[in-house]
Amino acid sequence: MNREPRLIAAASGGGHWIELLRLKRAFEGWDVVYVSMFENYVSAIPGARYYTVPDASRFDKLAFFKVALKAFRIMLKERPDAIVTTGSAPMLWFLIFGRLIGAKTLWIDSIAQAEKMSSSGRIAKKLATVAVAQWPEVARDEDIEYWGAVL
Amino acid sequence: MGCRAVIFASVGSMLPFDRLVKAVDEWARDNPGHGVFIQIGEGAYEPHYASYARIMPMADYREGLRLCDLFVAHVGMGAILQGLEESKQMLLMPRQQKLGEHTTDHQLHTAARFGHRPGIKIVDDADALKLEIGRLITAPLVTGDRISDQSSPELIAHVARFLDSARPRH
Repeated sequence: MNREPRLIAAASGGGHWIELLRLKRAFEGWDVVYVSMFENYVSAIPGARYYTVPDASRFDKLAFFKVALKAFRIMLKERPDAIVTTGSAPMLWFLIFGRLIGAKTLWIDSIAQAEKMSSSGRIAKKLATVAVAQWPEVARDEDIEYWGAVL
Repeated sequence: MGCRAVIFASVGSMLPFDRLVKAVDEWARDNPGHGVFIQIGEGAYEPHYASYARIMPMADYREGLRLCDLFVAHVGMGAILQGLEESKQMLLMPRQQKLGEHTTDHQLHTAARFGHRPGIKIVDDADALKLEIGRLITAPLVTGDRISDQSSPELIAHVARFLDSARPRH
């Protein structure tokens, strides 16, 4: 009768994606829809649904809005109950649209941000249900929680 | 040196890092007979002596990493995490913002945090990189055990608890 709760797990390419994969075990019991930037990443998540959004890593504005469009379409189609992202900036769209549909959203700032929170993480703090950092000092400076690290 | 070493180098998938690619290629020029492969991303410099790919499928990248004697990379978390998962000795050079290699200097911070882990050697410039490649294939670093491919139990438990709170109530 009830469908399995649905989760969108989203990350940009490279390290962000590797960090997201290291959370897989926490997603047990969820219908997980993965989102990243490269088609071939699908091999890392056998059996799961997978979407790509355009590579907007260098912050060109057009690509950034193309991500918005694709993110919006994915959200309408999948209607997730929760969203987890390990960044980076383009994935902020999932927090924005997640808010609109009432999903709970989690931003995990990259472990690469060892001295200060990323600029996208600072925005995520205002958008996400919960934002955490992976270094205790960074979390303390930002007045957010530290939940441990992907390592 | 005698034996043929396999060196797998990567600048990641998101931004060019020609300084590293060029250094590894020059090492390959000066040290023929070894297997040198570089994932160069979107760099302008194309290697003349080393084999290379722009971007490899994730599974092939992993295979290259698994089979190499030395992993050379930027100080990206994707590289570090996968290197630790495979327990590979790593020679890493941070990207620098002032050289236009990244949007911030966080790789210097990452280098400071991870440079002391067993199996990781950080260098700052191309000359040191070339010197260390030669050293590390002759006298490899002692690496730690392979790490799990999952986050710390603490983070997994917190995320699972967060997700529990997000379950729809029927």
